[in-house]
Formats: sequence, structure tokens, C-alpha cells
Amino acid sequence: MRTTFIESLSQAASENPDIWLLCGDLGYSVLEPFAAKFPDRFINVGVAEQNMAGMAAGIALSGKTVFIYSIGNFPTLRCLEQLRNDVCYHGADVKVVAVGAGYAYGSQGYTHHALEDAGIMSMLPGIEVFVPCDPNEVRAATRLIASSGKPSYLRLSRQGEPALGSVVTDIRKPRILREGRDVVILASGPIASRALEAANALSVRGRDVGVVSVSCLKPLDEAAIRDAVRGASLVVTLEEHILRGGLFSMVAGAFAGDAQRPPVTGIGIPEQGGKTSSAGSREALLDAAGLSVEAIVARIEQSLAKR
Amino acid sequence: MTRPTLPANRPELKEFARRIRAHALRMVHAAKAAHIGGCLSMADILAVLYTQVLRLDPAEPQGPDRDRFVLSKGHATAIMYATLAECGFFPLAELDTYCRDGSILTGHVSHAVPGVEVSTGSLGHGLPIAIGMALAARSAGAGSRVFCLLSDGECDEGSNWEGILFAPHHKLDNLCVIVDFNKIQSFGSVAEVLNLDPFAEKWKAFGWHVEEIDGHDVAALERVLGAVPSQSGRPTVVIAHTVKGKGVSFMENKLEWHYRSPSDELLAQALAEVGA
Ligand SMILES: Cc1ncc(C[n+]2csc(CCOP(=O)(O)OP(=O)(O)O)c2C)c(N)n1
Ligand SMILES: [Mg+2]
Repeated sequence: MRTTFIESLSQAASENPDIWLLCGDLGYSVLEPFAAKFPDRFINVGVAEQNMAGMAAGIALSGKTVFIYSIGNFPTLRCLEQLRNDVCYHGADVKVVAVGAGYAYGSQGYTHHALEDAGIMSMLPGIEVFVPCDPNEVRAATRLIASSGKPSYLRLSRQGEPALGSVVTDIRKPRILREGRDVVILASGPIASRALEAANALSVRGRDVGVVSVSCLKPLDEAAIRDAVRGASLVVTLEEHILRGGLFSMVAGAFAGDAQRPPVTGIGIPEQGGKTSSAGSREALLDAAGLSVEAIVARIEQSLAKR
Repeated sequence: MTRPTLPANRPELKEFARRIRAHALRMVHAAKAAHIGGCLSMADILAVLYTQVLRLDPAEPQGPDRDRFVLSKGHATAIMYATLAECGFFPLAELDTYCRDGSILTGHVSHAVPGVEVSTGSLGHGLPIAIGMALAARSAGAGSRVFCLLSDGECDEGSNWEGILFAPHHKLDNLCVIVDFNKIQSFGSVAEVLNLDPFAEKWKAFGWHVEEIDGHDVAALERVLGAVPSQSGRPTVVIAHTVKGKGVSFMENKLEWHYRSPSDELLAQALAEVGA
């Protein structure tokens, strides 16, 4: 995902001389191609995220499109007020790019786990939020935000995530990864691969399960999501994020006023309740949080039983 | 007033430094973990603190009158955990679980680990916490001191400079900051990314008592760290000039060893060089 991002950004930057990239002393073995190609439009600002976000606003308010890049919580929570006041309330053309979505940094501990970021970023006024699930969506989202003219948040994972579906026609729309009508799993981010595995397991048991990637969390295309789940007897949301503020909150909120609506089961990471994290790979941490394929299947079966 | 100290049978200083370097190398190798360079640059600082300076009791890690050590460069965990295990805060065998599924020994320092005061990992958090502890210690009146280890890259963060302004204003002479000045950060050298020089002058101008030493000279470390509080009414900063990767020739001064973990062959060579 990181390399797809920097390739797409380099492409956009070669077409648009107003694109700049700032990083917070990060990006070893990732950002070098951009830095080499556009030395006048790349700055490693140091380990100083608040300054980075404020400067990005200043550069953007002078007519540029500015990407800022760091790990999970650092370009988001650390400089939240700069993003709110200086970027969003000024409508400054700043793109926040965070690597290490969810548990991507595995054993590195909770400082490096981004579990609340998408919700918190979504609360900011006027920002657009993208949580791509695979390199195809990363490419489409990067291209879109490079020319959208709006404050944006792009949440990237870390490793070489596989493609989960074919080309992306419109990154703002939900993207069908697997056809199926009775149960529809809406997933955001690379956790969508577990949704596909769970759907396969359920279909072996005779269930008709579709999987849809929702990578544009804000603005949420509510009409297109209603279309994607039309006729389903159960909607499931799956995200590598706490339930509050993320995909589940947004989808449930969108459906809340509908007279006819399917039940929505939200599967995400339970709030940690002030505990420090333990070590473990991303996979192990997801399993421990109840996001193993088996646990997802079991949650869906439980919800279906209640129907 | 009696103060807790480490057990008398703790190993001799240089032997201790050698052991924690060897543990850290084995740990990052087994876990395929990063950050060995910044572990090795601070090894001698930890060895001096934990064998000569800190008043701590591994049997009572939360003793109210203990000295506090805050590791702000929270990515340098292998050497930190090795130090605490060598001091008896938890069994050495637990080091084998470093970064493993379910272990408390996470890749950034965790306060779930006995002997660790606070979790860090997001840079620029340690000093404000240490200042809070120094304020509380002064009001408790038991004479405990607070030591806080910063990296040089971390000195880019504004939060540190807010604390650097605050501590002398409030005359926190029970506070000692140590900067592991290894001249390399994550994506370049300190000189290229964001130059800190003239560094000592900056601290002086902010009102700190400044000691500038070779951070691998254990006698000098003992002298300046043992003297805290060294000047009445002033916090102390020890600018420790260090070498990132110190003790392993092929890691010394190499940015890549902020990220890489050694292969089997390189581990063997590294252990031989640190004398394990
Ligand atoms: C707030 C924050 N921003 C970015 C990072 C990512 N990061 C981890 S280590 C590091 C810098 C490493 O260099 P330095 O701070 O000098 O540590 P040392 O050389 O002692 O290992 C960075 C930028 C972080 N941990 N926290
Ligand atoms: Mg450094």
C-alpha cells in the first residue's frame, strides 16, 4: 500500500507542479523516489507533527496541494487542533496520509495502533476520509484526493496487501468484492480480506453472502450503500477500528431514519478500556480482538439466528 | 532517610553493559525487530543509571520514595527490558518472549512491565510526564529524583521545548534529562533533518545546568548522573554524545540499523564484537 501510494503520488506530482509532500521523519525505503524526483517539493520536517500540520496549512493557503505523511496517530491525533483549526476551518488543501491502519504495526504496541483515527478525522468539518482495502483503491483514492481541492484523510495499511477486486471505477462508491444478497458485509480497509474469507465459509454452509468495500467513509454515499444492501436480511459492518465513530456508526446512522431497514451487526475492535496492549502480530491481535474469520462467521450466524 | 537501592549482588558496570547489549542483540534478532541502533547508543547510560545511580528496589517497584526513570525514546525497548531483567525486576527468561504474541514485552516500552514507569513510543511525551513526577516528588519531600532519557530526533518536538522552558522556571533541581545524542534520526542525520546545534547553548539559555560528555565514558556518566541534584534550583541536562549502534562495527553510525534486524551470521559477529 505504501509503495502504491508513493507511485500514484509521484505520478500526480509530475502532472501537477503544485503538489508538495512533507513527512515527519518517516518513510525510509518508501518516500525516496518522490524525494529524488521532486527535491524542491519534499521536506522532512523532523519529528514535529504539529509544526508539520500548521506549515502544511500555510503552504496550502498559498496555493499548493500539500500531503503530510507519518505513522497512524502522529499526523492525526498529535496535531488534531492544527488539522481542525488551520486546515479544516480554512478549507486548506491538505491531505493527511497515515500508515499503519488498525493493528498494522502489530507488536509495536498501542502507541502505534491506529484504532480511533478514522472516526476522529471524520468528525472534522469538511474533510473527506478514505480507507482503501487494497492497492487498486489506494491508487484511485490518491489520484482523487490529489485533485479534489479539499482537506482529506487517507488511511493506509503497511504491508504488500493483495488486490481484493478488479479495477475501481469510482472510489467514492461502494465496490462489490463478492456478489451475494441475503447477508451483505460492508468492510473498510484491508480487513475486507477477512470478510471475503468469512463469506466463503458461510457460503459453504449454504448462506448467500456478499462483500462490499466501503473505502470512502466521508462523504458516505448513503444512496449507493442502500442500493448495495437492498433486499438483504442482515447487514454486517467490519472494520479494523473501534465501533464508535467508524464505519458501523456511519452506516447505522445513515439507516436509522429509514422506516424499512435491515438489522446492522457491527464488528470492530473493542475499546481497550485503559489497558496497555500486549505484543503480537497484526493477525494475532485481530484474532484476540474477536476479528478472526471464525469469530466473524460465528457473530454473523448469531445475528442470523435472531432474525 | 533510607532509600531503596538495587541489590548489592548486581553485576559490575562494564559486565552489565556487555550483558544488556548481548540480550538486546539476541532479542531483536529473534523477534526480527527494529531499533537496535538506538538501543546500543544508550546501553552505557542505562548501565550506569541502573547499577550506580537509581535508588530502586526490584522487590518493590512501586515504592513511593524511589527514583523515577522515564524512557521517552520508547522505541529502544530491547535494551530497556534487558536492563530491568538483569536488575531482577522480572525473570531473564521472559526476554525470549520479546514482541511475541501475547507477551507484555511490546516493541514500544510498556508500563505493564515491572520497573517501567510509563509507556511511551510516540516521541515527545516523556519529558512532560517526568516534569510532573518531579513536581510531585518535590512536594512529597522524600528526595527522590527523576531521570528522563530523550533521543536527539525527539528534540524536534515542540512538547519537549515547552517542558524545557517550564522546568527551570519552577526550579526543578530534582530533574535530570539525558539526551542520547547519537546524531541520527529516522530518515536522515540530525544535521540534515533539523540541526540542533548549538545544542548546549540552547539549554543554557533556557536556564538548565548543562553537562556535555561522551555518553560511552562510564566514569563521566557516573560523575554527572551521580551528582544530581547538581545545582540548587536548576534542572540538569546531560548531553551524552553517543554512537548509534555502539559496540558493533557494522551497525555504528548507520541509519539502516534503525530498521534492520541482524541475520544469524550478523548476530554471531555482533555478539562476538560486544564480547558475549
Ligand atoms: C510522535 C512520533 N513521531 C514519529 C515517530 C516515528 N519514529 C520512531 S523513532 C523516530 C526517530 C528515531 O531517531 P531518534 O529519535 O534520534 O532515536 P534514536 O536515534 O535514539 O533511536 C521516529 C521519527 C514516533 N515514534 N513518534
Ligand atoms: Mg538519534
